[in-house]
Amino acid sequence: MSANGHAVIVGAALAGLRGAEAMRRAGFSGRLTLVGAEPHRPYDRPHLSKHMLTGEVSAAATALPNLVPLDAEWRLGTAATGLDRANRRLSLADGTTLPYDRLLIAAGTRARPWPNPAEGRLRGVHTLRTRDDAAALRAALVAGPRRVLIIGGGFIGCEVASACRTLDLPVTIVEPGPVPLARVLGRHLGAVVAALHEARGVELRSGTKVERLEDDGSGRVARAVLSDGDTIEADLVVVALGAVRNTEWLEGSGLKADEGGVDCNAYGQVLGEDGRADSAIAAAGDVARFPHPLYDGRRVALEHWGHAVAQAEHAGRLLAGADPGPAYAEVPAFWSAQGGITIKSVGLTEGADALAIAQGDPKAGRFLAVYGAKGRCIAAVSFDSGRWLPAYAEQIAARAPFPPIRGAADQGSLTILDPAFPEA
Amino acid sequence: MSDPTQEPADSEQISEGLRVAVDLNRCQAYAQCCYAAPEHFVLQGREALFYHPAPPLSARDAVERARLACPVQAIRVEVVTDRSA
Ligand SMILES: Cc1cc2nc3c(=O)[nH]c(=O)nc-3n(C[C@H](O)[C@H](O)[C@H](O)COP(=O)(O)OP(=O)(O)OC[C@H]3O[C@@H](n4cnc5c(N)ncnc54)[C@H](O)[C@@H]3O)c2cc1C
Ligand code: SF4
Repeated sequence: MSANGHAVIVGAALAGLRGAEAMRRAGFSGRLTLVGAEPHRPYDRPHLSKHMLTGEVSAAATALPNLVPLDAEWRLGTAATGLDRANRRLSLADGTTLPYDRLLIAAGTRARPWPNPAEGRLRGVHTLRTRDDAAALRAALVAGPRRVLIIGGGFIGCEVASACRTLDLPVTIVEPGPVPLARVLGRHLGAVVAALHEARGVELRSGTKVERLEDDGSGRVARAVLSDGDTIEADLVVVALGAVRNTEWLEGSGLKADEGGVDCNAYGQVLGEDGRADSAIAAAGDVARFPHPLYDGRRVALEHWGHAVAQAEHAGRLLAGADPGPAYAEVPAFWSAQGGITIKSVGLTEGADALAIAQGDPKAGRFLAVYGAKGRCIAAVSFDSGRWLPAYAEQIAARAPFPPIRGAADQGSLTILDPAFPEA
Repeated sequence: MSDPTQEPADSEQISEGLRVAVDLNRCQAYAQCCYAAPEHFVLQGREALFYHPAPPLSARDAVERARLACPVQAIRVEVVTDRSA
């Protein structure tokens, strides 16, 4: 592809920004347009469930640094509504069209809404994905709710619960699994997370579900009825049930896309329904589903900050016409801060059949666990022990045998545990 | 820590100041940034780095010191002096 022409990026957030910068770095000198559904310039989402809720960071302060001059046009507050690949044209929500000769799809995800729309619209029921969501939730927390109910004990649910305790607000997490984070970490580590939050005063209701939300007669949420018949009185509810990929606007484009993402090949080029790659279009970040070489080409869509950056940089080079190097194979990694500790992870735990505490001791709150599958190291998770992580990341990248080789020589043999993932 | 209530109103973009993002995957909580710019980088607990993502322009030198001090180059800074870019 030439160094000029018109590059369009759909999604003006982390992946969109880093992709645009990578294109410029790789020498693309043509016209560049970023189309964003939100009214804001790119901002950093991890603050939203952490220091923005405690009031330590304001909404405006979350703006991401722009690291390379972009000389770009911004179409903010304007969603892309359709993609016509034959004519290389996007339709936008304001009724206009936008031609492109290369396109980066970086439309990310949105919060999965509460399944009952009428209940979801009650005052006091929140989701958390955007900066405006976080500002609204922060205002609701400051107003002094009697109790906050969090539906879903995933990462965002746990982080919000943690912020509530920092603000000294009563908070309950309802999690259908046996412990929080069981789906990602398994029951062993999920139990450590449960103990951490309970010690800080979070009420945890595991193994049960919110059946319905009821209002106080005036349209404000008042309580939740659980599947075990109990009720929880709560005037502020945070629905934290994960995310849905923003792919509806691709309907009719002939691309392979659904709620789980838009499919790409190992280089990040999107795939048509006929399975053929479209070399003019790449995808990156939360919205992209791709075969991960480290996991036997299993198609994954990762919702990690570092992945959005790395995959967007790869896609940006590709679209600029530069040699993007080998297929995208970044080892997945994320962090989460909750209850005063930092959880970090490298690799993917899915499919693990064994677990070993390789460093530290869960009882002391500082440790590193390695997950194995079929005799290989596939993931490692640290609790306040991030310095150990790079050594294990190397073993994961090398698909080293499990149990892992440990940093220090004088440790006894490892006990191999069952990670204990709940039944799907 | 600088007081977040001193910052511009929510929906407005800052017109002048610094933007900071730390790659917390890379960060190993070595705290060199905290020594270099204690007003803007603080360790909360053993390993949780809290940083101010939008310090004022007057913090430029301190934040630049922190960026250079980080042994794993996890700190990214943009200096915003005008929004026309
Ligand atoms: C509250 C919260 C806390 C998080 N904390 C962590 C953390 O601690 N560690 C970690 O590793 N990760 C964390 N993450 C995940 C991380 O923020 C995401 O992986 C990252 O934001 C993905 O970036 P993205 O650009 O791919 O997608 P997004 O950030 O979702 O951005 C996509 C953008 O595209 C826009 N868009 C969507 N559809 C259209 C359309 N049709 N036209 C135009 N624009 C469109 C959206 O409005 C959005 O602005 C967190 C996420 C959230 C929500
Ligand atoms: S100097 Fe770098 S590694 Fe150390 S705490 Fe600061 S950001 Fe993290």
